[in-house]
Amino acid sequence: MKVLSIDTSNYVLGIGLLDGETVLGEYISNIKKNHSVRVMPAIQTLMDECGVKPGDLSKIVVAEGPGSYTGVRIGVTIAKTLAWTLKIPLTGVSSLEVAAASAGRYFDGYVSPFFDARRGQIYTGLYKFENQKLLVEKEDQLVLSVDWVKMLNEMDHKVLFTSNDLKLHEQVIKDGLGDKAIFAEITEHNPRPAELALLGRDKEPVDLHTFVPNYIRLAEAEANWLKAQENNK
Amino acid sequence: MTIKDQLIMGIETSCDETAVAIVKNGREILANVVASQIESHKRFGGVVPEIASRHHVEQMTMVLEEALAQAKVDVKELDAIAVTEGPGLVGALLIGVNAAKALAFANNIPLVGVHHIAGHIYANRLVAEMEFPLLSLVVSGGHTELVYMKEHGHFEVIGETRDDAAGEAYDKVARTLNLPYPGGPHIDRLAHEGKATIDLPRAWLEEGSYDFSFSGLKSAVINVVHNAQQRGEKIVPEELAASFQESVIDVLVTKTVKAVKEYEVKQVLLAGGVAANKGLRETLSTTFADMDVEIIIPPLSLCTDNAAMIAAAGSVLFEKGQRADLTLNGNPGLEITIHNESSR
Ligand SMILES: [Zn+2]
Repeated sequence: MKVLSIDTSNYVLGIGLLDGETVLGEYISNIKKNHSVRVMPAIQTLMDECGVKPGDLSKIVVAEGPGSYTGVRIGVTIAKTLAWTLKIPLTGVSSLEVAAASAGRYFDGYVSPFFDARRGQIYTGLYKFENQKLLVEKEDQLVLSVDWVKMLNEMDHKVLFTSNDLKLHEQVIKDGLGDKAIFAEITEHNPRPAELALLGRDKEPVDLHTFVPNYIRLAEAEANWLKAQENNK
Repeated sequence: MTIKDQLIMGIETSCDETAVAIVKNGREILANVVASQIESHKRFGGVVPEIASRHHVEQMTMVLEEALAQAKVDVKELDAIAVTEGPGLVGALLIGVNAAKALAFANNIPLVGVHHIAGHIYANRLVAEMEFPLLSLVVSGGHTELVYMKEHGHFEVIGETRDDAAGEAYDKVARTLNLPYPGGPHIDRLAHEGKATIDLPRAWLEEGSYDFSFSGLKSAVINVVHNAQQRGEKIVPEELAASFQESVIDVLVTKTVKAVKEYEVKQVLLAGGVAANKGLRETLSTTFADMDVEIIIPPLSLCTDNAAMIAAAGSVLFEKGQRADLTLNGNPGLEITIHNESSR
């Protein structure tokens, strides 16, 4: 059972190869450089080095977002095309779930991974490990970090925050949660492609043709159009 | 010994059509599947790039599957995968390019990047064999160009628009007349119902130039409408459409005829979405009827964006040895260049 995982949903580009209970290899970079140019060569290099041929793969797992619209589309397009042509199952995993698993596997409490979404907003969700299983406490969402922290404060639990954009919201989190906020070390922030592969390995496959990224948000033009329809009623 | 047929897959996602085709020996269409998004974009009065990209992701694998099924071809039988690398909407291009790369990698098939306009020109080769030297008049929503070709894969732009593309001018004039999107076909239809009674300018530019300019014409149309409104007069849309269309076609055809004579070409190929325009097709046909040059006009389905044209262009570039590797990217501002065996 060889699983290839692909994550291009944010600045982190991650490719992972899992063979049964062994992580064969991972490629991770966290740089602001064109994913479209780099993903396929990264997949090719990792597979070559690990001696895995496309025909050896038995499942593709992709980080389905949220994140950069363009970034997540690149990964999902490649994943769908590979799974389709190799006739193997495809599974999508929340990009935030991967981040939560990468930093919070042994944390006793809630994990809040997030990606900055500009104008004080974050893409985040609330996760918790129980008996080695990752549970979703609050669905992935787009929210003002101020509001998110306020909500967490009312829950009155320790929360682990992990994000490459931590600096942008650190003060808001500290102000709102005080001692209850724990910050992951910088080495934990990159969502790990092997975690993505592992999470996806045990999930149900999706319907390949109709599978789309989880953008969380409607396209701006669509949202405006819907609003206009409402007003015209 | 029989020579094996060449099978090329074309993938095109530069704007609002998700398209995949299979073409045999560069000339024979085995499948030409186009999933159009036009219904989705209509409500916005134009193509919304983010929404176009989202639709491409939804459609891509279904269109791939449909094309292979129609052609009764297995991926493994393909000699190459040709994909539009530009120009176009960057987010849209990326879907086709990355699907093509994944497909090429998984099946170990050569990959060829194709310029979208080269594709439009090569749509003609699906109709008739090309004879060089030739001249192609490319008219679409984003392009108005005269391209000279002395041989396969050689593209020399001898004239291009300095401002709006012809198709853009059509869309803007259509909006001025409150016609629904896309406006081009409506103008064409109205033009056939009216007479060109309104005097509109023609931008010939400086002596000897094959360049075009349509922004002055567009402004003139807007002025005519505006002035009529101020005087409380009614504009007859049919007359305005006919006058506008006559001006556009006059410039396009006159410059094409001049270039045909100067470059002594054997063929004139019409290419691009505006090539679907009835007025343009008719005028070109009658103009070249008495001349010693063959005019080729593809059927409507091959004028608008499709992937058979990308496969047709890809077939020739593949034979010339052009290859792309897995770093191929979408390039929204890609220039059409002269491809030869040493390039890339
Ligand atoms: Zn086009």
